[in-house]
Amino acid sequence: MIIVEHLSGGYEDVPIVKDVSFTVEKGKILGILGPNGSGKSTLLKVISGLLPATAGTVFLDGKNIKHYSPRALAKKMAVLPQLHANAFSNTVREAVSLGRYPHQTGFFSNWSEQDERAVQYAMDQTGVARYEHTSMEFLSGGEQQRVFVAQALAQTAEVLLLDEPTNHLDIAHQRQLLDMVRKEAIECGLTVIMVLHDMNLASLYCDELLLMESGSVRALGVPHKVLIASQIEDVYQARVTTYAHPEIPKPQITIMPSTNEYQQRADIVKEDFRVTPDYIQLKSTIPLKTVSSAVHNPGIGWYDCLLNRSVPGDYVISDVKQEVADFLQREHFSPTSTVVMLTAVPTQLFALNEYSTEFGSVFVVVTAGVGNAVDVSRTHERQDTPYIGTINTWVVINGCLSEEAFFQALMTANEAKTKALQSENIRDYLTDTIATGTATDSLLIAATQKGEEMRYGGPITAVGKIIGKGVYETTVQAIQNYKNKA
Amino acid sequence: MSRAFLAYITAITLLLVSIWCGVSIGSVHIPFEVFWNRAADETAANILWKIRLPRVLLAGLVGASLAIAGAAFQGLLKNPLADPYTLGVSSGASVGAVVTLFFGISIPVVGLYALPTLSMVGAVLTMVAVMSFARIVDRALKMETLILTGVIFSSFLGSLISLMIALSGEELRQVIGWLLGSVSMRGWPYVQMITPFVVIGSAILWTQRRELNVLLYGEERAKHLGVNVKRSKYLILVGGSMLTGAAVAVSGTIGFVGLVVPHMTRMIWGSDHRHLLPLSFINGATLLIICDLVARTIIIPRELPIGVITAFIGAPVFSYIFYKQRRSKGVRV
Repeated sequence: MIIVEHLSGGYEDVPIVKDVSFTVEKGKILGILGPNGSGKSTLLKVISGLLPATAGTVFLDGKNIKHYSPRALAKKMAVLPQLHANAFSNTVREAVSLGRYPHQTGFFSNWSEQDERAVQYAMDQTGVARYEHTSMEFLSGGEQQRVFVAQALAQTAEVLLLDEPTNHLDIAHQRQLLDMVRKEAIECGLTVIMVLHDMNLASLYCDELLLMESGSVRALGVPHKVLIASQIEDVYQARVTTYAHPEIPKPQITIMPSTNEYQQRADIVKEDFRVTPDYIQLKSTIPLKTVSSAVHNPGIGWYDCLLNRSVPGDYVISDVKQEVADFLQREHFSPTSTVVMLTAVPTQLFALNEYSTEFGSVFVVVTAGVGNAVDVSRTHERQDTPYIGTINTWVVINGCLSEEAFFQALMTANEAKTKALQSENIRDYLTDTIATGTATDSLLIAATQKGEEMRYGGPITAVGKIIGKGVYETTVQAIQNYKNKA
Repeated sequence: MSRAFLAYITAITLLLVSIWCGVSIGSVHIPFEVFWNRAADETAANILWKIRLPRVLLAGLVGASLAIAGAAFQGLLKNPLADPYTLGVSSGASVGAVVTLFFGISIPVVGLYALPTLSMVGAVLTMVAVMSFARIVDRALKMETLILTGVIFSSFLGSLISLMIALSGEELRQVIGWLLGSVSMRGWPYVQMITPFVVIGSAILWTQRRELNVLLYGEERAKHLGVNVKRSKYLILVGGSMLTGAAVAVSGTIGFVGLVVPHMTRMIWGSDHRHLLPLSFINGATLLIICDLVARTIIIPRELPIGVITAFIGAPVFSYIFYKQRRSKGVRV
């Protein structure tokens, strides 16, 4: 456990670190974040005693670190500095063995079994044992970095200070190293303080974060209390946004480039839609921000090609993903920039309408097959397997929607669809009640994200009104096309 | 560990062979048995005990001192070009010696040994001056500061020597001869004079062998690993300077040994100072004994300055080992 109380210090008489206080409990990991020159590395140097503290104290196991001898301190606290070039020709094993220096005392002290075990363990943990007899000068920067981590581990100290340990490492080794540090913390009670540049890694691996700004503490706490977009923007003077990690309940941060490169005016026009017997296609010149429940590339993303593909009624549903991928390759569509929906309805029964609004035009495209319509409130009574989605709805907006507006637009569009089924008196043939949709309907909202941002997409907003009207009218039209053909 | 064992066996064998060659080869051949039986050949025994043996021992001690000091300085300064003369101590010793010759100084008590004595005084004064000055410039006593200070002092003292050479008349030959280095005509008193310094200086460096290993990674890293960096630095500087000063005082400035022997030893046996220091010590002794043998036998009856031979033999050997080493390691270019 390490306690830092009102610590100030730096080079010569100029304090770079000003009045920093925090506590790291045994087995916990503290991440230090901050812009370049905010004093992160200096703080680490003052804590490790490399630079003098002008005020404040650091307690290690309840004892002021000033009262430790260099050797005793090295037994308690290991430090991994930023990598620097060296004129050495040691082997990896020799380099790691130097970590045992503080444990070797006396004029003729011998290499003990404990020393050997610590070195072997450190090399195994960091994956450098493979080249233990290789000379350091022949290793890459990343490999050298891992050797230094091993050297610090071999000290078998209780506290580990790391200054940008993931420098020079590829993501596989970043993960391996940080996983290892985390494991040491959890299993062996290692207390860790590390300076990291990568806020996302810091969020994933640290129990607490310390955000520094010009030498002082700006924020201290669990990751989601420190990585707040507005706070990060303020400290780093860079536009960022936060989002959730897909698997772990920790916030992630991404930067928002400030270039105008993507600001060229590009509108979706009716001519961008194309209908062939196989599919309905929208090919855009710019990527569209898309939220959908499509088969291929569902969820949120940026895509410049939308496909609503017509497949035979006996289409095998078990390997849809693979079949669609094969189809895209066969037809020379880009698998990463194309969204694909499937329908059993022939493409010529589609309905397409354009609605012009004050912010830009909105297109609604619907294919509706209502032979398998169901009442969603009664589907718990049936056991049949799902069919190919039969009402596929696209709403393509020349405008800019907020995240919130996208999801409200989805709701608005779905409500409008249900209303269309109701007014067309489409029924669930099992229950003979009004149907609300089909078993596998698909819905897509796409927007060019140009122009002023629309924050909301609910039914009484400008965009919501058009979506409601548009989806209702177009769905009715598509249902009628379907009925007429039948 | 068997590798280290092999290293010591090889080094000691070579040393013993070179000592034997050093005492037996010469204008008068010394048979083996006079070592234990003076009566076998009285003349040979006299030459052995009074001339050859002290000369060989002195060469060995000087070579050992320069080599171990060089190894320690290279490790401490993390500079492959560092040698015992880098810090300017040798220039101080030289000034002491040249002043003695130039002014024909004689000191009553020490008599004939005025030169080594004054030389030693010069070395000590220079060491104190260099370290004090470096400390004033930079309290942390950084390596760069030390090297620069050493260079400044060396140049200054070097100019003093040049001045005296320029102004000298008859003493010129003596001065130049001394500067080129020699271990001839010294005798036992010189061996006795250098021995305590060799023992103490080497012992000081030996205590710092593990610290030197850690210091290779820089002062910061060494601090992190628990080294009392300041103390280590002083001990290494004092130990190394003591050895250098003593060596220069008794034999003049013999170049190349302090630079090359540690490198050769490092290339062959690795840079672990626990073995590098003692092995350099032994190999340095061997090299200088062989060089001295060559210096006095190659164009009999004339004797060449030993400094000429060290570079003459050392450079090609060094180049060969360097070449082999790099090739076998497959250096990435």
